[in-house]
Amino acid sequence: MTIEARFKLDYASFSLDVDLTLPSAGITALFGPSGSGKTTLLRAIAGLVRVAGGRLAVDGHVWQDDGIFLPVHQRPLGYVFQEASLFSHLSARGNIDYGRKRSRHALDDGALQRIIDLLGIGALLSRRPAGLSGGERQRVALARALAVGPRLLLMDEPLAALDLQRKREILPYLERLRAELKIPILFVSHAPDEVARLADHLVVLDAGRAQAQGPLQQVLADVATPIRLGEDAGAVIEGTVAERDGHWHLARVEFPGGGFWVRDEGHEIGRRVRLRVLARDVSIALQAECRDTSVLNHLSARVEAIAGDLHPALALVRLSVDGQNLVARVTRRSAGALALEPGKKVWAQIKAVAVIG
Amino acid sequence: MFDAADLQAIWLTVKLAGLTTLLLLLVGTPIAWWLARTGSRWKGPVGAVVGLPLVLPPAVLGFYLLVLMGPNGPVGAFTQSLGLGLLPFTFAGLVVASVIYSLPFVVQPLQNAFEAIGDRPLEVAATLGARPLDAFFSVVVPLARPGFLTASILGFAHTVGEFGVVLMIGGNIPGKTQVVSMAIYNRVEAMEYANAHALAGLLLVFSFCVLLALYTLNPGRRRP
Repeated sequence: MTIEARFKLDYASFSLDVDLTLPSAGITALFGPSGSGKTTLLRAIAGLVRVAGGRLAVDGHVWQDDGIFLPVHQRPLGYVFQEASLFSHLSARGNIDYGRKRSRHALDDGALQRIIDLLGIGALLSRRPAGLSGGERQRVALARALAVGPRLLLMDEPLAALDLQRKREILPYLERLRAELKIPILFVSHAPDEVARLADHLVVLDAGRAQAQGPLQQVLADVATPIRLGEDAGAVIEGTVAERDGHWHLARVEFPGGGFWVRDEGHEIGRRVRLRVLARDVSIALQAECRDTSVLNHLSARVEAIAGDLHPALALVRLSVDGQNLVARVTRRSAGALALEPGKKVWAQIKAVAVIG
Repeated sequence: MFDAADLQAIWLTVKLAGLTTLLLLLVGTPIAWWLARTGSRWKGPVGAVVGLPLVLPPAVLGFYLLVLMGPNGPVGAFTQSLGLGLLPFTFAGLVVASVIYSLPFVVQPLQNAFEAIGDRPLEVAATLGARPLDAFFSVVVPLARPGFLTASILGFAHTVGEFGVVLMIGGNIPGKTQVVSMAIYNRVEAMEYANAHALAGLLLVFSFCVLLALYTLNPGRRRP
């Protein structure tokens, strides 16, 4: 089951031309710089923008095609806007009930209570939006969108209007939702850290075209079609907490093919975590690990691809650690001196690994 | 303080202004909604026509209405063909004239309120399954409540204060078309200053209360 979306728009200053097949499970991030068309695409999928000649089918149900255009209010979707956009004349509860009353698939009381508990908004329900903080409003907006029992959840940069503090407050809720929800989520973002943290699938948009799409780890590690992450270029690896070293406050996260010592963030043993390894924190050596270094993590790897980077002095190298990809940023001079080429066996030295949830 | 004739004029004025306001809300809301949301090239011309009574001398407006609704005017011919007779110098004629005369005072506050609400709440309502008409009544009307209050108060007050149009269309028939402003004029003509004072004082107090209500209901307008 998939989401098929084909839209073509031509304005003088902006065009959109995409033909996407997205998985109908997990979180798909629509990623790109502002003006790349990601919000327009999301609005077209919701039916808020009517793109003539477009086609949209969700799990086999056609929402738009030649002669067919399901109006927004008949589409079984949830939409979270960039600003929470709660109705100011209704309480948080009234906002949540607004859509629920009008939906045929609305959550029953038990399911709604679970969402309310999950989002931690039980104590806020009688308040008006004016009495809520930005993060609280966004959580209520999320509950409101989910209460209609949508088949598809669309989120337009739900974190962009929040400061760092509020973002940190709301991200764990989104992660819990990812684990709980069975419905696909399309999520617009221009923030690489959010994408790395939340997405399972990634569509990279630029100037209205899909530059790359696929599973998150694969797209991030694809150095040949650079997605211009700049300083944020890097790989995401999923692993399991296998060991905790209380003395040094470190935890060992293992994944097929290897493992990392990372800062112990308090995750219990056996927990699945996501790790983000930025390309600038990975260097390459030909010798086996040497003892006299402050770098904790050394992995045997194979070079898969080498590509140009932001600056002519730099290169991005995709490494494979038993199938897991890492990306390293090195100078072209070093790449030449080490005679890096696809297939060569090297050692990856990883200076920093971030646990991102 | 007020004799029977005065009380009759006061009651007639209240009846006229109340009925006019009610009709204006019914007629003005769709016009204001259209003006607030349309991208049509007719927006300018329609807005100008609606706003005409703001700048047009009431006597001019009354004159044209008299001609239109008179026995030889198209509206007059129409009402006669319906068996309704002629509108000038009747209460119904006054209501019609007042609706046109006070139209901008209702349409403009509503249009401002609708424009301030913007597209977003309607989009949200649609994604939550509300049909457009449902969204209008469940979201736009409550959000535009201050606009509706302002529009009602201005429409009512402006109708109470009209003189020129009433003179042209309604004449000065006690119990039928003689409103307070006409009654004051009559009292002054007849040198009955005490009665004129009472009625004028009433309108002064009324006008003050209206403005007080407006500024109290919309206290936040000038805050950033």
